[in-house]
Amino acid sequence: MTELEFDFLRSYLKTRSGLALSAEKRYLIESRLGPVCRRFNLAGLGALVTALKGSRDLALERAVVEAMTTNETFFFRDRTPFDLFRDVLLPEAMARRATQRRLRIWCAAASTGQEPYSLAMMLQDAAARLAGWHVDLVATDLSTEVLEKAKAGLYSHFEVQRGLPVQSLIKHFEQTGEQWRISASLRQMVDYRPLNLLHPFDALGTFDIIYCRNVLIYFDAPTKGDVLARLSASLAPDGALLLGAAETVIGLTEKLVPNAQHRGLYVQAPAAARAPAVRVLPGLPATDTGLRRVVGL
Amino acid sequence: MRTCLIVDDSAVIRKVARRIFETMNFQVGEAEDGEKALAACAETMPDAILLDWNMPTMDGYDFLRALRKVPGGEKPKVLFCTTENDVGAIARALHAGADEYIMKPFDRDIVTAKLAQVGFHGEADAA
Repeated sequence: MTELEFDFLRSYLKTRSGLALSAEKRYLIESRLGPVCRRFNLAGLGALVTALKGSRDLALERAVVEAMTTNETFFFRDRTPFDLFRDVLLPEAMARRATQRRLRIWCAAASTGQEPYSLAMMLQDAAARLAGWHVDLVATDLSTEVLEKAKAGLYSHFEVQRGLPVQSLIKHFEQTGEQWRISASLRQMVDYRPLNLLHPFDALGTFDIIYCRNVLIYFDAPTKGDVLARLSASLAPDGALLLGAAETVIGLTEKLVPNAQHRGLYVQAPAAARAPAVRVLPGLPATDTGLRRVVGL
Repeated sequence: MRTCLIVDDSAVIRKVARRIFETMNFQVGEAEDGEKALAACAETMPDAILLDWNMPTMDGYDFLRALRKVPGGEKPKVLFCTTENDVGAIARALHAGADEYIMKPFDRDIVTAKLAQVGFHGEADAA
């Protein structure tokens, strides 16, 4: 791969998925895009660049972008954000929404589904308290390939043994050959949709709780700031945003601030500091009158 | 130092598991069947037990039932580690008093995750 080809691919990926690759990440492009070249019968990365420049082959474009995403995830990853959901975020949100009896939760980088399903298991455990409630659990990812796996809910022996207590395994999964399939009732709780975080997502509506973990780390600072500002606009005024352990809002947006008690939890900045974000809310889709009620508009 | 007893009739499995537990700061003992494991526990009760199912003399299931009846035998966290991978076997093991269940083949990530599940965190997690 020549310098020019490397530069082209870096800028191509930056535009398409926000992925910011430093100069020393050549190896990552070579190892991830080599298989794409073979799949599309291209002689090498040079031929791939020519093909991307030459014509708009949507299948190739998608394959390139998806091959460069990192989809590592596991059930109850890092544990704390899920304990926080069960012990603090869910009970508090239920107290605040006791009149509306509606909760909206969004996993913004859902990958192969382990994160939304972990939340779904906790919601199911709280089913008695949630009787009569309407809970939306929306899960999005850039990669349609991982979303297909998430929807199928089929996991390997290794995937179900990282982070998932064995009691949850036998309660929520059934064995199918060498694999384990998550229960239909949990699959039905999650609304999977393809979404590129670089594109507008205000049409999804407003959420009480957003999990956006371990995706911002791949973006450069301006992109992080832009995505965070729009996440703030999609977050209810009293909502909660969860980021990954290596991520923060500090220095990237004025619209969100860290919560003092819980690491990884971010909330809307006090009104004075975030005046511009409020103006975004009237931009909610006209059909979302229910949501306007939820957020008190 | 926290202690662990690895109970498996395969010397290879014991060696692989020992390495993983030692890097997680466990002092490791070994036993090749349930009977020897029970004798080891009578001497010193470990904090954790990694337990194979199918072994000669006394299998893991019988060992676990016997262990949970002896004084202090309720204390160790027992992680079954076996090729018995069907739901029925898992349910039986839990009913007999197992705390976690590892399906073979396993790797370091699985053991680390399962140990965390029963309250043993690695050094990195401890902070």
